[in-house]
Amino acid sequence: MTAHGARWSPVWVALSLLVLSALGIALGSAVGSTGFESWLAAVHDHTAWQIVWDIRLPRSVGACAAGALLGLAGALAQGLFRNPLADPYLLGSASGASLGVAVALTLFGGNPFATEFLVRLGLTGAAFVGAVLAVLLTLLLARGVQHTLRLLLAGVIVGVVLGALASLITLMRPDVLQGMQGFLLGSTSFINWNACVLMLSVLLVCVVIAFALSRVLDALSLGESTALSLGLPLGPVRVALVCVLALATGTAVAQTGLVAFVGLAAPHLVRSLVKTKHNWMVLLSALMGGVLLLSADLLARMLLSPQEMPVGVLTAVLGGGYLLWLMYRSQTTRAAP
Amino acid sequence: MNAPLMALRLRDVHVSLAGQEVLHGIDMSFVAGRWTSIVGPNGAGKSTLLKAMAGLLPVSGRIFLFDQALMAMDQKQRAQQLSWLGQNESASDDLRVWDVVMLGRMPHQDWLAAPSAHDHVVVETALQATQAWDWRERSIGQLSGGERQRVLLARAMAVQAQVMLMDEPLANLDPPHQVDWLEQVRCLTSQHTTVISVLHEVGMALHADDMVVMQAGHVVHQGACTDAATHRAVEAVFDKRIAIHSLDGQWVAVPKL
Repeated sequence: MTAHGARWSPVWVALSLLVLSALGIALGSAVGSTGFESWLAAVHDHTAWQIVWDIRLPRSVGACAAGALLGLAGALAQGLFRNPLADPYLLGSASGASLGVAVALTLFGGNPFATEFLVRLGLTGAAFVGAVLAVLLTLLLARGVQHTLRLLLAGVIVGVVLGALASLITLMRPDVLQGMQGFLLGSTSFINWNACVLMLSVLLVCVVIAFALSRVLDALSLGESTALSLGLPLGPVRVALVCVLALATGTAVAQTGLVAFVGLAAPHLVRSLVKTKHNWMVLLSALMGGVLLLSADLLARMLLSPQEMPVGVLTAVLGGGYLLWLMYRSQTTRAAP
Repeated sequence: MNAPLMALRLRDVHVSLAGQEVLHGIDMSFVAGRWTSIVGPNGAGKSTLLKAMAGLLPVSGRIFLFDQALMAMDQKQRAQQLSWLGQNESASDDLRVWDVVMLGRMPHQDWLAAPSAHDHVVVETALQATQAWDWRERSIGQLSGGERQRVLLARAMAVQAQVMLMDEPLANLDPPHQVDWLEQVRCLTSQHTTVISVLHEVGMALHADDMVVMQAGHVVHQGACTDAATHRAVEAVFDKRIAIHSLDGQWVAVPKL
């Protein structure tokens, strides 16, 4: 047997990913412009403590949580649409969030890197509302969730139209361009503890619902008619899963902007390690997404230290490269079994 | 003499797809414990009829599954009594063969319950019957078309329903496994399971107990496979381009050149 035969048990993968997350968060608390000293000094130095506890830790925990939300959403999208290329932004939520941010920036000014509480709240709120409205618009255009292909097409249309509107706004108001750029590239730099708590709570809710409904995704992988013939309530479950998908994506996008590829790559990475049913798939994809975004965030902070680059740039380069490699590898293994 | 038990009864069933009526008033019954094959030219409505009987399509008219109205039945209860194997069912490549066949036990399981010992036995029996047991740990993407078809067949058998509907179950199967399938169907009907299958190969379809001949959305004939009237009806719907002959006690369809 080839590499496909030597599979890991899902439990081990889950444990390894948890350990990796913990390590990443610990490492994240030690990396920054003041370096490792802040960590050592944190016990007696108040400023150092603040740097570690109020800036670095929430950022790392938040990166992990946002990545987990995207990973979960990616696994749900790929299961729901039975398409390995589906990603969490599929239903138009990404363009909806950008439009929301563009509108908010135009109305209130400022940029997404601003630290003032109200501005931040306004922008994340606008991104979330934009994402959810875009998904609702997609559902409206597709006249419900029954028809998967129609849903996909409607998502593409909503994505293109809302994206164009957001571009139009930035064109008319060049002063919001920089702020928009920051959002579009994705960044973990302004996650605070409130955002962490919010994301972790949403994550918990989404994982529980997705886990409970996962057997429908298993059945759906045999086609819609077979799933129906097995007596499953396909309609209501699909609505619930689309809601979970929108909620998870909207929450992550609102806090970190458009982080590319995590939602697409996380389920693929999991599949390359284990072949499993969707109950493990959603759990492991969430963990994997967390580890991915956390490591990308660490790299983004370390590579050009003390400068940092937007984490979205890194996830795009790394995730894209990885998927290419995966594609190449699966082609060569299929050609020579 | 008692009237035979009817597994499925259709009364004036019309089905429309995309605004066009494709089944025009079907009236027929299927005797329980027998194997019926449905044949007819492309576009005759065979697959649509099978889907309608599986409760997968909106229909006008009435369908009864063992005297219960199919559309009014509880979905789970229906799924326990009626198993459906579709044409070109695409399975995602990543599920293990074992997990795919276990999906067939879903109608018998509670929502979050783990598979019971009985479920394991049933899945193993189904995998052994289709000779797919050796691949149980493989993912379905690693199998060839014919191997995959045998796994999907095991999935449909694992439901252990009283009525099995199969659309082109022989697709991709090589001749020895087609014969295996015939034997499995014989075994199922001997345990009083009703099997209804759409078959493209008339020669295979002639091995059934009964045959339904369809053309242009109508049932033009229903009768025993050994009946000469059935043979004439089959030849007629295929424009007399095939002829049915007897050979070594079996009926075969040969092209008429």
